[in-house]
Amino acid sequence: MPVTVRIPGVLRADAGGAAHLDLDLPPDVPLRAALDALATDHPRLARRLRDERGTLRRYVNVYVNGEECRVLAGLDTPLPAGAEVQVLPSVAGG
Amino acid sequence: MTTQTTPSGTVLLAVGTSKGLFLATSTDRKSWDFTGPHVPMNGVYAVAVDTRADHPRVIVGAASSHWGPGVAVSDDLGASWHEPDSAPIEFPEDTGASLEQVWQLAPGPADEPDVVYAGVQPSALFRSADGGRSFELVRGLWDHPHRPEWTPGFGGMAIHTVLPHPDDRDRMLVAMSTGGVYRTTDGGASWQASNTGIRVKFAPEEYPEFGQCVHKVARHPDRPDQFFAQNHHGVYRSDDGGSTWQSIADGLPSDFGFAMITHPHRPGVIYNFPIKADEYRIAPDAKCRVYRSEDAGETWTALTDGLPQEGFYPTVLRDAMCVDDADVPGVYVGTRSGEVYGSADEGDHWQQIAAHLPDVLCVRAAVVG
Repeated sequence: MPVTVRIPGVLRADAGGAAHLDLDLPPDVPLRAALDALATDHPRLARRLRDERGTLRRYVNVYVNGEECRVLAGLDTPLPAGAEVQVLPSVAGG
Repeated sequence: MTTQTTPSGTVLLAVGTSKGLFLATSTDRKSWDFTGPHVPMNGVYAVAVDTRADHPRVIVGAASSHWGPGVAVSDDLGASWHEPDSAPIEFPEDTGASLEQVWQLAPGPADEPDVVYAGVQPSALFRSADGGRSFELVRGLWDHPHRPEWTPGFGGMAIHTVLPHPDDRDRMLVAMSTGGVYRTTDGGASWQASNTGIRVKFAPEEYPEFGQCVHKVARHPDRPDQFFAQNHHGVYRSDDGGSTWQSIADGLPSDFGFAMITHPHRPGVIYNFPIKADEYRIAPDAKCRVYRSEDAGETWTALTDGLPQEGFYPTVLRDAMCVDDADVPGVYVGTRSGEVYGSADEGDHWQQIAAHLPDVLCVRAAVVG
């Protein structure tokens, strides 16, 4: 099934310059599978989002069709076909 | 290559700040050309200027509050940076740990120019055999039975000092706050706590086997068994490879501070930057004073010429003081208020060489041309 991942400007250098990446995933997979798929072709991008234990970094927000994944089921959030996954930095820093 | 175009005698000064790395070059150590910020918006707690190979290599530990930690390498004095596709430092799955920050990048012995060590948070030691492009966990320290009892200080639980022996590949000393000093004599397979004589002021037991809050340890390579330590209160010297420690704080205005470095050529010449107290972290009398001892800490002299002597309130962090390796070495101090002061004559005279940078976390310098 098709899933689109939107990449914030600050990370596009790690995504080959792409503003979005189009993934073809098996049906009924969770958000985690989309991030796993990113690691295949864009490992530096993938590790900006999650640490080596697969935990989403604290100040990285990932939205699934407009809902932040932490208010859904986190990385277990199911992805519907055609889902749009948007990565955004949270408000942090000084 | 950089070395073909870099003027003879060029000194590279690397300034790690909370918002990136600044690089400065100078041929007279009075006028400096700055570039940066490199790796912008990353906290740079660790940088190494590695001159062992035929061209200088800058290795930087950078951590973004959003995007996590990493290690990048430049072989052209910062004109370009290389970060591998696979994470340079990564905890193995069975540890259950994840890298939070790189606190120290330490080139290995001169005859192993591709060996680089990294001290990281959570407290662990990693070793690279390819010039800092990939690292492997040193299991012997990670598996130490004391590790569950190490407890983080304010800065976090990290190996911040890594001192490979200059000649003996089996020997190394590391230190952390709060955990103390550990040594290996078998290439990292086993490690022994080495804190005898270092006092603890924040726990009922004054002289525990381990758990000391050691802020920094330094050593001159020509005296591999002599170490100098700035502790969380307490300044110490060991003359027996770290087995025992004696106070050398007499003559300093305070025994608190973070930084401790050695002169690059003259063993027994050391520099310290005292801070008033753990509960009052300001330079004594609000004066910016570097203290130098030329007799291994028996006596100290305040170096003040060219440094602000009133209204100076920032601190100098553990890695924010360094020397270069010129024949007459320079000394450099970076402050949490974004200033860098430099001396081209071993600390006798100083000038401000940068201001208005983000807070300075570390400095390193070396002759690169």
